[in-house]
Amino acid sequence: MIALVDCNACYVSCEQVFRPDLRGQPVIVLSNNDGCIIARSKEARALDIPDLAPYFKLKPLLQKHKVKVFSANFRLYGDISNQVMANLRLFSPSVEQYSIDEMFLDLDHMPDDMNKYALKIKNTLWRHARMPVGVGIAPSKTLSKLANHAAKKIKNNNVAVLDTPEKWQWLQKRLPVNKVWGIGSKLTKRLEGIGIRSAYELAQADPKWVRRFTSVNVEKTIEELNGQRCIELEEVPEPKKEIFVTRSFAHKIEKLEDMLRHVSRYAVAAAEKLRTQDGYCQTLYVFAHTSRFHENFYANSLVVQLPYPTSDSRTLVSFSRLAMKQIYREGCKFNKCGVGLLDLRDRRFYQSDLFRPEQSVKSEALMSALDRINYRYGRDTVTIGAEGLTGRWTMKQQKLSPSYTSSWRDLPVVR
Amino acid sequence: MSLTHIHNPAAVLQSLKLPLFSSKVSAGFPSAADDFIERSLDLNEFLIKHPASTFFAWAQGESLRDIGIHDGDLLIVDRAAARTQGAVVVAAIDGELTCKILDVRHKKLLSANPDYPPIEVAGREDLLIEGVVVYSIRKHHRA
Repeated sequence: MIALVDCNACYVSCEQVFRPDLRGQPVIVLSNNDGCIIARSKEARALDIPDLAPYFKLKPLLQKHKVKVFSANFRLYGDISNQVMANLRLFSPSVEQYSIDEMFLDLDHMPDDMNKYALKIKNTLWRHARMPVGVGIAPSKTLSKLANHAAKKIKNNNVAVLDTPEKWQWLQKRLPVNKVWGIGSKLTKRLEGIGIRSAYELAQADPKWVRRFTSVNVEKTIEELNGQRCIELEEVPEPKKEIFVTRSFAHKIEKLEDMLRHVSRYAVAAAEKLRTQDGYCQTLYVFAHTSRFHENFYANSLVVQLPYPTSDSRTLVSFSRLAMKQIYREGCKFNKCGVGLLDLRDRRFYQSDLFRPEQSVKSEALMSALDRINYRYGRDTVTIGAEGLTGRWTMKQQKLSPSYTSSWRDLPVVR
Repeated sequence: MSLTHIHNPAAVLQSLKLPLFSSKVSAGFPSAADDFIERSLDLNEFLIKHPASTFFAWAQGESLRDIGIHDGDLLIVDRAAARTQGAVVVAAIDGELTCKILDVRHKKLLSANPDYPPIEVAGREDLLIEGVVVYSIRKHHRA
């Protein structure tokens, strides 16, 4: 059997960990730059506050209902997620962390009664990490996703075990096909075209026949929906194939020098990420655009083939700046830009070429020193000059919660 | 976003390694003591038994004065530790985090200062034990 455990309204629950006064209250979390609503507590949902809605439009409604609003505090959510995941690892030797708030657990050879085990997971997570979770257990990953979905609908329990065909078929008959894991909007349309609308109809369809209209993955999904385990747990996460750092600006930008500063910061952030996975990047992608909703919309991007695979912040910054100078157009009010590192490879398996330039040993040492300093003394202790000196992310974060887990000054206070 | 850093005990424990033995460097004879350096002392390892359920908090006020917890002390709170008779706990009372002594037998939360009366636990739904204070750390040297 496989369990899928996920956190209920993860970001909101994180904000409530050190704020017992906010538990059971309407609470929402906003995206970067306080743009739109990305998480809502159960109580906020009950007030008909829509998901992903722009914050400024909903301010009156939020004020009227005294909804507590937070800017996204990803540092805090990351820390709490780490604790949650560490607790989940206590329940199985074989797990796959699927996202910041979801984990698959392999429960084969676990002697316990599955219902009891699911409740134990739920209760432990609340007690050890103050995180409310939903637990779905079933014979395959796809079914455990469905079980987890069902768990959310069960009041005050949040636990569902689908251990017999009767149980999962009962559920499949009640769910549209787009609720099935791996069936996105494109596939949904294609499946509807061949008369498959519910999860049950998909499960009952002939896999070989469906495959002709879709892909081998859908064939696997069908097997999984019938309790066959076809998709295994990925215990070691694959290194990322590409890294993107992009931001919408708090205020529109017109000056080239400001664009250069931004793109430099994103390049540095991307390079840091690249080094944590011990990677090299061969191709750089830089883009910028103005708002789609204003006239004179302008968007452009550039792909840069680097002279050699690198993870050096300085190299990535200077090529990003070169690219930005090409993309930039005077008079445009830019509202977003970003840097993508493509064509990534593992530094450890890099084969040098005698006749081509490559990243110097000195550069590796310098970058590693840079990362260690910024790790120990906090981000941005040492930066690249091109980033500017006014803090890396000049982001609108007016409702940021304290750094309860990452700053001595901000630890919770106990009276 | 990097998720690893130093202050969070839950992240991979980032430890300050202090050598168990050390000796002066001398030209000529190597010190015999160097052979005995086997491991370093790690304060995190000593203070935190369950990193996945531990958090830090600052104590404020003098309600636990008589058991030696004072204003400004650092508390190490473990949510997984057993809530035994006499344990010092952090409780959420009416939405506020409060440090008290757990009296399981009489279903009360006690203070260690005559100015703060005990709190009846029975029948209070707004009261929840958040964790057990396993260590308190106090700075004695005011430089």
